[in-house]
Amino acid sequence: MADHHEHHAPTGLKRWLFSTNHKDIGSLYLWFSFIMFLIGGLLAMVIRTELLYPGMQVVDPDFFNQMTTTHGLIMVFGAVMPAFVGLANWMIPLMIGAPDMALPRMNNWSFWILPAAFAILVSSVLMSAFGPGHPQAPNFGWTFYAPLSTTYGPASTDFFILSVHMMGISSIMGAINVIVTVLNMRAPGMTMMKMPLFVWTWLITAFLLIAVMPVLAGAVTMMLTDRHFGTSFFNAAGGGDPVLFQHIFWFFGHPEVYIMILPAFGVVSAIIPTFARKPLFGYASMVYATGSIALLSFVVWAHHMFAVGMPLAGMLFFMYMTMLISVPTGVKVFNWVATMWRGSLTFELPMKWAIAFVILFTIGGLSGLMLAITPADIQYHDSYFVVAHFHYVLVSGAIFSMFAAVYYWLPKWTGVMYDKFWGEVHFWSSLLSVNLLFFPMHFVGLAGMPRRYADYALQFADYNFWISIGGFWFGISQLFLLWVLIKACFLKKGEKATAEVWENPEGLEWTVPSPAPFHTFDTPPVVK
Amino acid sequence: MAEKTTQYYVPESSPWPLMGSIGLLLLAVGGANFIQQHTDKVQNDGKLGGVILAIGVLWMIGVMFMWWRDTVKESLGGLHSHQMDRSYRQGMIWFIFSEVMFFGAFFGALFYTRWLIVPWLGGAGSNAMTHELLWPNFQAMWPLLVAPDGRTTAAMGAWGLPAINTAILLTSSITLTIAHHALLANQRGKVIAFQAATIVLAVIFLGLQALEYVHAYHMGLTIDAGIYGSLFFLMTGFHGAHVFLGTIFMIVTFLRVLKGHYTPENHFAWEAAAWYWHFVDVVWLFLFVAVYWL
Repeated sequence: MADHHEHHAPTGLKRWLFSTNHKDIGSLYLWFSFIMFLIGGLLAMVIRTELLYPGMQVVDPDFFNQMTTTHGLIMVFGAVMPAFVGLANWMIPLMIGAPDMALPRMNNWSFWILPAAFAILVSSVLMSAFGPGHPQAPNFGWTFYAPLSTTYGPASTDFFILSVHMMGISSIMGAINVIVTVLNMRAPGMTMMKMPLFVWTWLITAFLLIAVMPVLAGAVTMMLTDRHFGTSFFNAAGGGDPVLFQHIFWFFGHPEVYIMILPAFGVVSAIIPTFARKPLFGYASMVYATGSIALLSFVVWAHHMFAVGMPLAGMLFFMYMTMLISVPTGVKVFNWVATMWRGSLTFELPMKWAIAFVILFTIGGLSGLMLAITPADIQYHDSYFVVAHFHYVLVSGAIFSMFAAVYYWLPKWTGVMYDKFWGEVHFWSSLLSVNLLFFPMHFVGLAGMPRRYADYALQFADYNFWISIGGFWFGISQLFLLWVLIKACFLKKGEKATAEVWENPEGLEWTVPSPAPFHTFDTPPVVK
Repeated sequence: MAEKTTQYYVPESSPWPLMGSIGLLLLAVGGANFIQQHTDKVQNDGKLGGVILAIGVLWMIGVMFMWWRDTVKESLGGLHSHQMDRSYRQGMIWFIFSEVMFFGAFFGALFYTRWLIVPWLGGAGSNAMTHELLWPNFQAMWPLLVAPDGRTTAAMGAWGLPAINTAILLTSSITLTIAHHALLANQRGKVIAFQAATIVLAVIFLGLQALEYVHAYHMGLTIDAGIYGSLFFLMTGFHGAHVFLGTIFMIVTFLRVLKGHYTPENHFAWEAAAWYWHFVDVVWLFLFVAVYWL
């Protein structure tokens, strides 16, 4: 390791602002996403406060719409996606024995675009809540359908459009970095089919990002010209079609869903073998299943639009393609279960989160299958059943896997074990509250409660009360995680972690000391 | 796989990425304000949008200059191993792929409009009532010369300027390939001659494109008279913007050829510019067929 290239970690503000170090940039991403998670969570608290009782309580309906919109946008683009990019930054070079990401300066740019982009988006929320005249924040739902966002969009829409462009630039550069790192920087002997599954899932995720973020950029560009330059893309009076927006948006939007869940599959595939003390069951089938899910994700987008009036052949095509996805997804779930089968299971916190992920994500997957059936979906469309479905896959799916990853790798990042007591409190509190929060949404949804309304009919009152209680409880539960993180990252208090941390975990990241030194694998290790 | 002997170059910390983010923030805030202040869609009484946008543009040019100055220095200093070179090459290929997908969104919009929206508005499929109740006088046709609400426009033919431009771009691709072969054979004079020819052709293309826009507005083809003009101007406009960037890229690598920066072994930036040029060339061929011709 030691030669002229060895340099010491830069210190002070410059270390973080000008960084070219994958670990520092990874930490920046992770903290940024956690802050966004808390902000997005606060907006959700406003939503649940309003919905605690029937009738209008605390906010006016337009502000309510701004809350649902910005909650979704901040959680998708600010919390979940950057969290996984942060994990990729930290772990991929360590997992494949690379000295850093392939393009370290671009890596830093990818990160620092995000605070700039979200400064724009979050400021529109702050101005709406506290600014003079309360100018409207984006209020058209996170899917920003035309004509709500074109003809009727508030002035903040244009700022929102350009912030989406910035998020896209950031994601594309981050994804290019991941692909190039994985394809070009593997240690000698680390063949593709020896890569940890987390690396595989991220490689495929990065491909999806590069393929669909530019399409989103195209969609918002058409929005901008429709708003200001008289084009007619989404205006039937000029020969365009508002439904065209939905097609372009969901061509991005559906692969985006897998962008948010494939890395989660990778995390869980790393954790379950460690605590089952067995190698991952069906590694190759996991790789192929991930690839199949990614390819299928390009031909299922219109299942978000069954109620919009498509030709029958189109609806059937998108229904069958969507149901096909349950095959590779089923392969994954069965492989995780088979990995645990007759293993020497122990239930440390990462494993608890991973098992919770497998069960709750499967619930979300099954409700997704219900939504895939066209005639049924026409009933479920835009109801709380849909809200229940995608929060099961995103919160108890993607975000639970992030929690699993944080507890699994935190000792490697900080050199100390997490606080077990408050970690357990965080887990059980989140597990119970997340189900109280989202499970009754299935019932009110099937009973006909539409999403995105500030009020509801009286018969939904009891369920909504308990949903809101679950929501507040889940929100407060995340403060336990904040404490666990502060204690490990800043106070450095806790049991000292060994290099291996767990019992014989697999992977190159466990061969370097804990905390991982500033530079690792300057000379690539040889993988046998 | 990685060479076992050489170390991968990880640059020291650099201020340019952060400066680039500040630049993008200026562009976004300035751009949104500028557009709002110069159109009447929403009320924006500010005056500074254009100023902020201009500062953003200059700022970004400065950042790009400084950032790439660093990488050029590193390259000339011999810090770029073969593995590093591969990183840059693969990065460029994936960037071009992202650009392909960006144009894909617009081609998708074009085909969806031609094959579905316009026929449906004309009553095709199960849309007879839509046609009858919304715009009974609407006639489905392509190019869509009369929009459902009655706005009229004109169509751009393929066999005037666009055909000449096609020939120009194809020729420029050939001259560039000759220059590429000369670069690999270390014949600098030939590289200079043929790359200069490529740049001249690029500038002629841009000039003719501008002329075509003037011509379009004279004959009544405008951006705000229905979907045909929307697609025409956004697709050819974004292509033109990419040609413009590609031309600047080409001029930069041309100046570096004059300075003798490239060797037959080490010339990533030159090749990246060439790839980018071929990419805008291929996009043009699709545009010519789908937008102008058919």
